[in-house]
Amino acid sequence: MPNETDYVSRFEAASKNADEPSWLAELRRKAIDDFQRQGFPTTKNEWWRDTSVKAIVESDFRDADGSPDVPKPLVNAATLEGAIGGHRVAFVNGKFSDELSHIGALPEGVFVGRLSDFAKAHPDKFEQLLAKTAKTDDAPFAALNTAFWRDGACVFVPKGQSIDETVHIVYLTQTNGHATIDHPRNLIVLEDDAKADVIEHYVGMDKCLAYFNNVVTEVVMGERAFLDHLKLQQESPCAFHVATMEIRQRGKSNFATNSISLGGRLVRNDFSTALDGEFIESTMDGLFLVDGEQHVDHHTKIDHLMPNCHSFETFKGILGGKSRGVFNGRIYVEKDAQKTDAKQTSRNLLLSKDATANARPQLEIYADDVKCTHGATIGQLDSNALFYLRSRGIGEAEAYKILVYAFAGDMIHRIKNLGARETLEAKLIELLPKATYLEEAS
Amino acid sequence: MSALLEIKNLHAEVEGNKILKGINLEVNPGEVHAIMGPNGTGKSTLAQVLAGHEAFDVTDGEALFEGEDLLEMEPEDRARAGLFMAFQYPVEIPGVNSSYFLKAALNAIRKHRGEPELDAMEFLKLAKAKMAELDMDPAFLKRPVNEGFSGGEKKRNDIFQMSILEPKLCILDETDSGLDIDALQVVAGGVNRMRSENRAIVVITHYQRLLEYIVPDYVHVMYDGKIAKSGGKELATELEAKGYGWLEKGGAAPAHAGA
Repeated sequence: MPNETDYVSRFEAASKNADEPSWLAELRRKAIDDFQRQGFPTTKNEWWRDTSVKAIVESDFRDADGSPDVPKPLVNAATLEGAIGGHRVAFVNGKFSDELSHIGALPEGVFVGRLSDFAKAHPDKFEQLLAKTAKTDDAPFAALNTAFWRDGACVFVPKGQSIDETVHIVYLTQTNGHATIDHPRNLIVLEDDAKADVIEHYVGMDKCLAYFNNVVTEVVMGERAFLDHLKLQQESPCAFHVATMEIRQRGKSNFATNSISLGGRLVRNDFSTALDGEFIESTMDGLFLVDGEQHVDHHTKIDHLMPNCHSFETFKGILGGKSRGVFNGRIYVEKDAQKTDAKQTSRNLLLSKDATANARPQLEIYADDVKCTHGATIGQLDSNALFYLRSRGIGEAEAYKILVYAFAGDMIHRIKNLGARETLEAKLIELLPKATYLEEAS
Repeated sequence: MSALLEIKNLHAEVEGNKILKGINLEVNPGEVHAIMGPNGTGKSTLAQVLAGHEAFDVTDGEALFEGEDLLEMEPEDRARAGLFMAFQYPVEIPGVNSSYFLKAALNAIRKHRGEPELDAMEFLKLAKAKMAELDMDPAFLKRPVNEGFSGGEKKRNDIFQMSILEPKLCILDETDSGLDIDALQVVAGGVNRMRSENRAIVVITHYQRLLEYIVPDYVHVMYDGKIAKSGGKELATELEAKGYGWLEKGGAAPAHAGA
């Protein structure tokens, strides 16, 4: 059975061949030590109590090596049939794909491309930025990623510049029969007054292929910077996906993410932001759709460190079959962070008696003049509403879709990229689990 | 030719409680029937059973719609065949746009009738015309179905839906409850515009008040799950004067009441 030791010996073997600057080698060394010390988390760990990663621990993964070639249908899925325009940075089975990538003209000083290319072109900046936001001492998966990552995407927008078109970062996975592991590493940097719109997209074959994507995305935002981020998770129904997104925001910046999670067998998304300045706005939204035995967990952490910042969170889940959905939202308000306004909502729609939803708000407030609200609901479809629609001539299947869509549609409407929004609207309806569990008629 | 609606010895219960205990009723095109009676005698249950609400179990008897077994049909198929029930409590459906909902309903019904579906523009034109008749603000179309509507607005919205869907049989379940006199007149006006020789209307009400505006051809009194008495429109006036007390005393009917 593979365990932490296997990862350590693999690290030792790989590090002998690595041709990297010494600071990076040291960073990786510290990361593997951090990983070894922490080990994989168990459900005894408070932060992991609702999500067991045993299946990941027990899997024997091989490193993704770029093979095999990805078939056309997967490429179409990955690009949402061409609906997402703009710049594309694509990786196939762990390797950058020149063929699927497309980077158009960019303003002066803007970088969009491979993280490994950014490291070569801007070694100083790379050293200043890498692993400064996503720490490894209390995050085993981020530690593992930091020790092993080979490549990923980088978006760097210098002061006052903006990228008008969407940057689409896409990771496609189709295994060769054996389960593979990859550690995508993304770095998004927006200096003061910079602006960008980024889609981070994971796509697997529709067939049930097991593999593991262990992602780290670091976001660094200067003053008044503006980032609109969409995380789109469409992994294979048997895939493991653990992603750590760490954000650092300076004064008056505005960060918004929307995590749309449709695939995967075991999915964990961590979003953490530190609001390090005044008048910052941070929005974290999410929608997950799970069926069968899928498990999707979102953990968010918002640290209000300074006064006058606003944070908004809305997470919705639609759960069918024997699936499980977890939302854990931690809001921390520092003593000096007066006039904080934090709003958190988690809503879950259970379509089956065997599905489970856990919603847990965690508020830690040390300031006395703040507004923090949270609410969590777990419910079923309203049978009276279903009857009302049917009594007007709308078929049962259609009425059911209308109601589920009414529950979730606003999360899709928040997507700014028009092509992505329209394609996902259709996709959501196509994927809706069958409802077997209705709220009792009154 | 068969009746539009023919109910024979209909029995229904909810969670083991017998509510309908042998209803017989025949409704023909062009007729307006009123079903009156004290609270809790099964009037609304009858409406819900006819519309197909699954909370009720039919244990005996039958209901035929144009000769077809209504009770075997799904709620949407009953609606497509031409049955419409205005709800006692119209349901709020957050997140579902009124215009989208009603267009989907109308097109499902038109498709069933073999008529071409209406596009958004055609639908909007039709909806606005009907809304003007009911003194409704067209802005309602953009709002979620019944969400945040007052009681009167919900009832008016149901009548609006009815006027758009043009059913053969309209069942109004306590449509007057919760309406002030102005709203009542508007709703009654809407219903009266729907009167035609091809359409029947069944008005379920506790009070005679509504029947001053929607004058019925036949009045039935329900008591303890059965139709205790049937008569002409004058029966309603007598009930208004005498109340329902005579029913509880075991059945001495008011004078002059005969069908």
